[in-house]
Amino acid sequence: MSPEPAPILAVNGLVKRFGGFHALDGVSFHVSAGEILGLVGPNGSGKTTTINVISGLYAPDGGTLTYDGASIGGLASHKLVHRGINRTFQIPKPFLSLTVRQNVEVALAYGRAEIAPPRLSDLLEQYHLADLADRPAADLNSSQQKMLDLVRALATRPRLLLLDELAAGLNPTELDWIAGHVRALAQSGLAIIVVEHLMGFIEQITDRVIVMNAGKDIFEGPLAVAVKVPQVIEVFLGGDHGV
Amino acid sequence: MPDFMRHMLVIVAPLVAAFAILPGVYDNHLLLFNFVIFLILAQGVNIIYGFTGYLPFGYVGFFGAGAYGFAIAVMHLHTPAPVAVLAAGAVGVLLGLLLTPLLRLSGAYFAIANLAAALAVLHFVANPALEQITKGPYGVALNGTFNPTLAYTGAVIILTLTLAFVVFLKNSSFGLALQAVREDAVSAAMAGVNVVRMRVIAWLASALVAGLAGGVFAWYVSVFYPDNVFSNDFSIFAIVFALFGGVATITGPIVGVVILYGIYNLIGFTTPQYFQLIYGVLIMALVLFLPAGLVSLATRRGWNVP
Repeated sequence: MSPEPAPILAVNGLVKRFGGFHALDGVSFHVSAGEILGLVGPNGSGKTTTINVISGLYAPDGGTLTYDGASIGGLASHKLVHRGINRTFQIPKPFLSLTVRQNVEVALAYGRAEIAPPRLSDLLEQYHLADLADRPAADLNSSQQKMLDLVRALATRPRLLLLDELAAGLNPTELDWIAGHVRALAQSGLAIIVVEHLMGFIEQITDRVIVMNAGKDIFEGPLAVAVKVPQVIEVFLGGDHGV
Repeated sequence: MPDFMRHMLVIVAPLVAAFAILPGVYDNHLLLFNFVIFLILAQGVNIIYGFTGYLPFGYVGFFGAGAYGFAIAVMHLHTPAPVAVLAAGAVGVLLGLLLTPLLRLSGAYFAIANLAAALAVLHFVANPALEQITKGPYGVALNGTFNPTLAYTGAVIILTLTLAFVVFLKNSSFGLALQAVREDAVSAAMAGVNVVRMRVIAWLASALVAGLAGGVFAWYVSVFYPDNVFSNDFSIFAIVFALFGGVATITGPIVGVVILYGIYNLIGFTTPQYFQLIYGVLIMALVLFLPAGLVSLATRRGWNVP
């Protein structure tokens, strides 16, 4: 195993409560530049909550988030964006009445990318949105809106990118195509965390997965190993399958 | 910014020129003045509602506060009228600052809270205990500054500045970011936009516009009561005019004021019963068929309306 670079993000004992419910109950993991980390687990295990806390939508109730050597727990989203963290949403959230081009222009103008961001026309071309540039985002279908979410995130030139179910709802051709793009982004040096239910997609792009259950991380390692661990099988299929 | 100059030349300049010339050829100066006031207020609503999505049902609160800011500056500080108009704008901004916590609310809750806030300001100003300062419910008479011609000029200048600001919003990444916040605050934050700051700036700009309008209104009429300048008709008219034309555009609120306030003045006084009927039907038709205003007739066809 090659020596691992220092992680860009280290999550340590992260806790998030909603009232009496512990959505996150001590999650710990880390991700390094150039790496694609998968977050998997059954519904309600806290994957999206983890992403929401990292991207500043919720402030953590406990534990630490260390990004680039600095503590970022509880910082406002736009400040995290300026530091190089961005994300997409499970249900895409474009600015519906603005055109595709304007959607990205906002991010280009306010993202404060440290390095010059990619050109708008290149981004739209790469993610098959160039022909739709002057249409309102409301006219896009849901997979196009997901791509627009991704393009908006990339326009801020992130160093840590969180993808929340990017693949859900894409057809097999689109899946291969977007998998290629995500791998290329990682190769260019981005750290990427992928929340996903599609195991094929996870297997195709991730180096390592964290399996979550009930707000805790219960496994860390390659997906191929994860599927052989009894504890993981239990949370996915229920107990007593006699494996 | 070529579009900025183009919009200033094609939309703002002709409108301002028209209102600069009209008093020479048309005798009902009060009507012209009211047109200018509603053009200002409709654009003020446009700034806050069109660009951020907050419906200011108590918008008149800033207008009335501005009018009383003017009156107090003139009565107690003996400032010249133009300075008092600036003071009126400052009062509007101060009230806006005081009400920034309302921005935590959204939708109907914001509208209701804003309406309540306007009523609170009215009853504060009209409180007989404050007679020494505001003259309470007995109204103010500012004979010393009475000068309708200058006041009208002041109103046209405020209209010009307000329109210039809306043209800026329409053509800048600042305005784009405001619209992004209106569409989806979480996504706007993910584009790097400081959502809270943007909302507060738009809110205060909108309050400034109404405060200035209130100040110049007080200058023009010079005698008024709290119920006049805090009449919620101002809020409702400004909102309906802006919505009728179409918000988040430069031209929409202008078209709304010209058509609806035009109709109001054509038939509103002579045959009020027909006026109310026509107004009611127009507004219902608008809500049902053109919720995005008259300009959406064009935008639906793919035409870009500035």
